[in-house]
Amino acid sequence: MNQPSRFPVSRRTFLAGSTALAAGTLGGPAIVRAQPAPVKVGLIHPVTGFVAYNGQQSRLGATMAIDDLNKAGGIKSMGGAKLEPLLGDSQSKVEVGVSEVEKMHEQGVAAYIGCFQSPVGIAASQAAAKYNTPFLIDVGASDLLVTRGLKNVFRLKPGFGVCVDQGIAALDSLNKAAGSPAKSAVIVHESGEFGTGTSKLLSGKLPSIGINVKEVISHDNPTRNFDNIALRIRSVAPDLVMMSNYQNEYVLLARTLFQQKVNLAGFYSFLGGGFNYKFVKEMPDVSQYMMDTNHWFNPKSEKAQALKKRIEATKALFTYELYLSYSVVMLLADALEHAGSADNEKLLAALSASTFKAELMPYGPTKFVNGQNQGGRAMTLQSLKGDIEVIAPAEFASAKAVFPRPKFT
Amino acid sequence: MLDPGILFAGVLNGLMAGGIYVLVAVGLTLIYGVLHIINFAHGSLLMLAMYAVFFLWRLSGLDPYAALPIVIGAAFAFGYLLYRLVIGRLSHGRDENILLITLGISIVIDNVALLLFGGNTQTVETPYASSFVQLGDAFLPLPKIISFVASLFICAVLGLFLARSDTGKAIRAVARERQGARLVGIDVDNIFALSYGIGIACLGAAACLLMPTYYVTPSSGHAFVLVAFTIVVLGGMGSFAGAAVGGLIIGVVESLGGLVLGEQLGQIGISAIFILILLLKPSGLFGARQ
Repeated sequence: MNQPSRFPVSRRTFLAGSTALAAGTLGGPAIVRAQPAPVKVGLIHPVTGFVAYNGQQSRLGATMAIDDLNKAGGIKSMGGAKLEPLLGDSQSKVEVGVSEVEKMHEQGVAAYIGCFQSPVGIAASQAAAKYNTPFLIDVGASDLLVTRGLKNVFRLKPGFGVCVDQGIAALDSLNKAAGSPAKSAVIVHESGEFGTGTSKLLSGKLPSIGINVKEVISHDNPTRNFDNIALRIRSVAPDLVMMSNYQNEYVLLARTLFQQKVNLAGFYSFLGGGFNYKFVKEMPDVSQYMMDTNHWFNPKSEKAQALKKRIEATKALFTYELYLSYSVVMLLADALEHAGSADNEKLLAALSASTFKAELMPYGPTKFVNGQNQGGRAMTLQSLKGDIEVIAPAEFASAKAVFPRPKFT
Repeated sequence: MLDPGILFAGVLNGLMAGGIYVLVAVGLTLIYGVLHIINFAHGSLLMLAMYAVFFLWRLSGLDPYAALPIVIGAAFAFGYLLYRLVIGRLSHGRDENILLITLGISIVIDNVALLLFGGNTQTVETPYASSFVQLGDAFLPLPKIISFVASLFICAVLGLFLARSDTGKAIRAVARERQGARLVGIDVDNIFALSYGIGIACLGAAACLLMPTYYVTPSSGHAFVLVAFTIVVLGGMGSFAGAAVGGLIIGVVESLGGLVLGEQLGQIGISAIFILILLLKPSGLFGARQ
């Protein structure tokens, strides 16, 4: 009877294993060296401060896209180079956004994505222009972002100019179809670049569809109380209240107007910061019949629906910040594939010539003119029975608009 | 010229808002009066109390007004322990240390809240949210009327407590003469902790009264701190009655300023009061002369 060996591994197995281990140890560094260098992408969003939620949603969308790309093999034309996110927090402050640009430049960033707030995006992209580094605007409404002649700035989504034009056209159709019940409006907007710029455009264009602007009311962020604004609106008695505000003030203003039973033909917001699934589901009475022209995913896109399911499975909300940031990372990856390099000049050339298909969005083919994508468009939405329905354009409409809204009894 | 009916409604709106400001300011002035420091963590602790109200409602369906005893009690205990375990121990008896510690606490609370709760806007929906009372041109939402009355009631109870109870008298004694109070056998450190706890309990009450009409995010408490500070200066640093009257005055000034000058310029009224009081009567309306 053979004695059991003290060592359960045979000599042959041991030698084979040792050889493999040695080869692995010595060969390892060679394999690591063979890995292409990661492409560093600077994500600058306000993840703290008064618009922290919006910034966090953008960061979530962008990092999810980077994970998805890396899992799919990275940038193939660059030997499978992975994208590496550099996370920056603008803290909702312009100067912090600019300092994040400088910090990331020192870390060798290939491109920036940001910044949600237009003033931060304007200053940060200007700072990136010094280094000729591409700056992709994921969210940022102001058209100043792309009208300063900077060659490094690209925006996939439409700015407030296009959104206002499309929203006014949709409102005009609704109003005419209902026998023109809306003849006057009060505009309530936040006092920053986004709200003020949108308000100026609205004030100039509403008269062209027969709607007289009776008053323009600006408010700070944060505003503690909208009672007086509701009082002024009631005293002016407009047919429409048109709003452009960030999330907190949007929700508070809508709730105050509802609580104070301000009777109107409609509430219509432009890029309404609070018009999302959470708002309509948690405040179905307040949000009922409110309308908004905003960025929205393509409801007919299987990829958009799949991403929506993934996001909702994590209890997060499928908001416009999320899918716009996701799409912009995909745009950058597409440009890197075409450029075959993270070199600034090559990447800028690839972005300028991009024909990227933004599969999540209801956009036409991408075509950048002075950094602004000409294929982007907004949708007009309405809150109906605790859900968000698309009411324009007709090809994407999921419900018929209710306009004018029923009066409070 | 604004219609008198609109002005009347503006005054009522201002009083309703002022009622909440009073509670926030009373806590601040009580802490200042006794500890002689500005509590930089006031806004953050208000936010924390608002989250407590929100989660009580979300998880157990408890109405914000029914949550008053729970949140006030929890806020008092939190404030008391915060002083006993953190502020009192780390300050080493120096007022300037307390300032820095409360500032540090504020930063920690804000960021922990952001980490735990996220940055999304959270609101409480109540069945009476859309009920209102009409008085002329004014449509006063029922929750605001309830909050106004409850706020003044809580202030009156607190005033009585400070005036009549032994603990209240001890608090006033410490506020007036710390060393003398110690000499007559008052446990000054305990009074400091109690006062801090009561100040934070006021924030707990304010949170319950705010949530039916306001929202909470990790930065929402700070919206009330600057206005509360102005009220404390207007009423007189450390003056309980001053904070109550000052809160209502600031509420009305803010409201009428907004109506006459517009929402943004209307805030000038608050800043103007702040500067004028410092220039003309630095001790405030009810403050003791130094």
